[in-house]
Amino acid sequence: MSTRNGRDHVLRVVAPLAIGVTVLLAWHIWVRVFDIPQYIVPSPLLVVQTLVADWDILSASLLITLKVTFLAFFSAVIVGTLVAFLFVQSRLIELSLFPYAVLLQVTPIVAIAPLIIIWVKNPDAALTLCATIVAIFPVISNTTIGLRSVDPGLLNLFRMNRATRAQILFRLRIPSALPYFFGGLRIASGLSLIGAVVAEFVAGTGGAAAGLAYQILIAGFQLNIPRLFAALILITVAGVILFLLMVWLSKLALGNWHESELTDRS
Amino acid sequence: MSVASRPDMALPADPDSGVVVDVRGAGKTYPDGTRALAPVHLAVSSREFVTLLGPSGCGKSTLLKMVAGLLPPSDGEVRLWREVQSAVTQAPGAAGRKLAFVFQDATLMPWSRVRGNVRLPLDLAGVARGDADRRVDDALALVGLQGFDRHYPRQLSGGMQMRASIARALVMEPNLLLLDEPFGALDEITRTRLDADILDLWWRRSLTVIFVTHSIYEAVFLSTRVVVMAARPGRVLREVLIDEPFPRSEAFRVSQKFLSCCKELSELLAEAAASGGADPLAGTPT
Ligand SMILES: Nc1ncnc2c1ncn2[C@@H]1O[C@H](COP(=O)(O)OP(=O)(O)O)[C@@H](O)[C@H]1O
Ligand SMILES: [Mg+2]
Repeated sequence: MSTRNGRDHVLRVVAPLAIGVTVLLAWHIWVRVFDIPQYIVPSPLLVVQTLVADWDILSASLLITLKVTFLAFFSAVIVGTLVAFLFVQSRLIELSLFPYAVLLQVTPIVAIAPLIIIWVKNPDAALTLCATIVAIFPVISNTTIGLRSVDPGLLNLFRMNRATRAQILFRLRIPSALPYFFGGLRIASGLSLIGAVVAEFVAGTGGAAAGLAYQILIAGFQLNIPRLFAALILITVAGVILFLLMVWLSKLALGNWHESELTDRS
Repeated sequence: MSVASRPDMALPADPDSGVVVDVRGAGKTYPDGTRALAPVHLAVSSREFVTLLGPSGCGKSTLLKMVAGLLPPSDGEVRLWREVQSAVTQAPGAAGRKLAFVFQDATLMPWSRVRGNVRLPLDLAGVARGDADRRVDDALALVGLQGFDRHYPRQLSGGMQMRASIARALVMEPNLLLLDEPFGALDEITRTRLDADILDLWWRRSLTVIFVTHSIYEAVFLSTRVVVMAARPGRVLREVLIDEPFPRSEAFRVSQKFLSCCKELSELLAEAAASGGADPLAGTPT
């Protein structure tokens, strides 16, 4: 059992790594052998060299994109959680507002982003608002489901002990909701980044902020494909780190007790 | 053994014995129209150990929930300590009038350690931390869980989780303990041991107990009185006294008296199933 677990752990890291290295190698050899011009596909080595050489520009852009991502993520979490609490407190509020939350979710952000960018003067605020709209729905729906997913037996127990509404909320509903809430955070963190990049694309090169999407647009115009790839890699890496951060956070918060965080499930 | 129409003759001697639970024609029709329980009369006196025995769906849980105040009856009323149910549940913790409920599942909070789970009723009632912790220790000792207070529920076996659940019920020092098929999900060996422990607690702590089961053996071993129920519609069929003195030993389980009690109860149940429109699905635990 334990050796099997150990082997599983090693495989979990080694197997994807082997695939990655193989693909990079194949890519490198293919570019070399067929002499593919770098403005079509640069070799991975060149991408890394560009990343290092252009680090000053790229890292500044990364910071700008990350700033929008985090601002959007935090506002999505705060506003989304508040909305979920409202929904759970009153059926009427949920019935009247839920369709609009869905509306927000199904409308493509690319379609409303130009409007938001016109209406909201501050470009940072406009981008953040767009990304928030993209990220907020999973927070609302997961937290609402979580707050409602209380074990009916425990609810009976609390009622028999004449628990107040506040006691039921803090001692029962919120702890029951935590695994769902963190599930929502995981999705929202990825969507915040996507939202930030998409909004920046829509804002175009005219915007004051020069995030990674801006670098990709400019690099595309200039056929500076190595830099385009480097920016792309930065976005991907940021997304992965964000995801891992969320996994770590939810482990930290739930690790001890929630079944969803048990590592030894089969 | 004798069949009783008046219940109050079954008791172990008790100076202040009085009627604790008085179910006066309480019946239940659920909002969806299910007639779960025809009006039932049942009186349980102080220090009795009454078992509700019957097949699945005969309204045992419904009756117990009405006694606990978790479900309002649609006919009749339930009185506790000679007062209407709501008066008792609205004035919690009045001395001598406390009731606790043990559910079929342990229903522990997975995010809370055993100590936190057992302390919950005290926390909800606003009992000071130090006092509460001392009472938790006492309750854990009663169910044999001392030393497990820092474990999480998932680190315990099913039987130990049930013990924690019983400790949580005992921590408020209830006078009336209601148990709804508490050991139904456990293996036979664990169940036998917990049965003996519950009986011991009932005896030592001067409890009044209503215990729901669909096991004839469990009913005979534990009870001073067995209330036999039947399904379709859910109703009380007969009450049977088990006049074996306490404390009861394991020897009782293999005695002639035990077997003849079991035989009588199983005949009653079979008769009821035949007369009341037998349900081929009855018998599967719910
Ligand atoms: N909340 C409910 N709504 C509708 N019908 C119910 C509900 N709870 C129980 N019943 C029905 O009432 C009957 C008695 O149920 P229950 O009291 O749980 O029986 P038992 O505990 O003896 O198995 C069953 O037919 C069951 O399906
Ligand atoms: Mg039941």
